[in-house]
Amino acid sequence: MFVLVVGAGRVGSSVATVALRSGHTVSVLDEDPMSHERLDVELGRGWEEAGGQFTIGTAMELEALVEAGIDRADVFIASTNGDNTNLVIAQVAQRRFGVEKVVARVLDPRRAAWYREQGLETICPTQIAIEQLQRAAFG
Amino acid sequence: MAGLYVIVAGAGKVGWNLARELLEKGHEVTVIEQDRRRYLTVEQELEHAVQYGDATELWVLERAGIQRADLVVAVTGDDEDNLLICQVAKEKYLCERIIARANNPRNLDHFKLLGIQPVVSATDLILRLIEHEVPRYGLVHLLDLPEERLEIIELVVSEDAPAAGRSVSDVRLPEGALIISVLRDGAGFVPTRETVIAAGDEVLVVLDPGLEQDITAWFVPNGGRPD
Repeated sequence: MFVLVVGAGRVGSSVATVALRSGHTVSVLDEDPMSHERLDVELGRGWEEAGGQFTIGTAMELEALVEAGIDRADVFIASTNGDNTNLVIAQVAQRRFGVEKVVARVLDPRRAAWYREQGLETICPTQIAIEQLQRAAFG
Repeated sequence: MAGLYVIVAGAGKVGWNLARELLEKGHEVTVIEQDRRRYLTVEQELEHAVQYGDATELWVLERAGIQRADLVVAVTGDDEDNLLICQVAKEKYLCERIIARANNPRNLDHFKLLGIQPVVSATDLILRLIEHEVPRYGLVHLLDLPEERLEIIELVVSEDAPAAGRSVSDVRLPEGALIISVLRDGAGFVPTRETVIAAGDEVLVVLDPGLEQDITAWFVPNGGRPD
C-alpha cells in the first residue's frame, strides 16, 4: 500500500518507520528537514536508502501534498502538531483525493469525537491518556 | 440589520476594528482572542466584549454563546483555524451566516472544498485591484462568478481591432460570449445587431471562463500595450 504520513514528529515518524518495515511504500511530508534525521535514526539507516520518500513542505499547501503523492495514497495519516491542520488536510485527502483510509491525530477530545461522528477517523492521544491514567489510578 | 449577535474569532487588527465598528452600529459582539497579551490590550477598550481563549475549542465557542450567534466571523491569522471555526459554527451549531478570512489565497481551495463561504482574502483583493489598474491583455475583469461559470470583462476597442468599424452581427465571437453593453462618449447602451463598433468604444462582454483570448483578438489584438 502507498502510505502518506504528514507530520513526522515522534508519532508520525514511528508510524512511518513501522509501515516501511512492514513492506509498504511510505512517503513522509514535513516542513522541518530535521524530521528527516529522526526518520534515519528511528530506522537505523538512511530513509531513502531503505526505499522511503521524503518531501519538505507545508501540510496546508496542495502542491506539497501532491508532490508527496496524495493522489495515489491508499492510506493518509495526518499527524502534524496542529489539530486544526490535521483536520483540514484529512478532509482534503478524503473529499478531494478520495483516499480510502484517512486517519487524523486530534489532541482535543471533544473535537476528535465530533469529527468522528461526521465520518472522519480521528485518534485522540489525550483521550487515551485520560483513560489509561484513570485505570492506573483507580483500577 | 439591527441587533445581530456576532462572534468574531481573532482580535488582530481586522478583528478588533471590525468589533469596534459593529459595536458602534449597535450590534452585540464577542471577540475571542487566544493570545493572553493581545487579549489584555484589547480588553482595555472592548471590556466584556472580548473573551480569552482558543476559538477552535468547542467549549470556548459555547462560552461565547455560539448557540445564539447570528453571525460568526473567523479572522485569525491562521487559515486552518478560520476554516475549522467556520466549519463547526455551520455544521455543529447550525449558525446560518459565517464569514471567513483566508490569509493565504492558495488556501481558498480548502475553504471551497469544505463549503466555507464567503471567504475574504485581502491578498486576493489587492491582486485583483492591481489587475484592474494594470489590465493584462487590455481587458479588465469586472465580475467573476466561478460557481456559475460566468465572467464579465471590459475592453477598450483599439484602432487596429478587427471589430472596429464592423457591426455587432459581423463580430463573430465564440459561442458562450456576448456583447452586453457599449460605452461611447460617456454614455452606455445595449447594442443591437446593427450597432457599429468603433475604436475607442468600451465594450462589456459576458463570457464563459477561458474565452478571453478569442475575445481580445477581436477588440485589442496587440494586447492593449503601447507598440
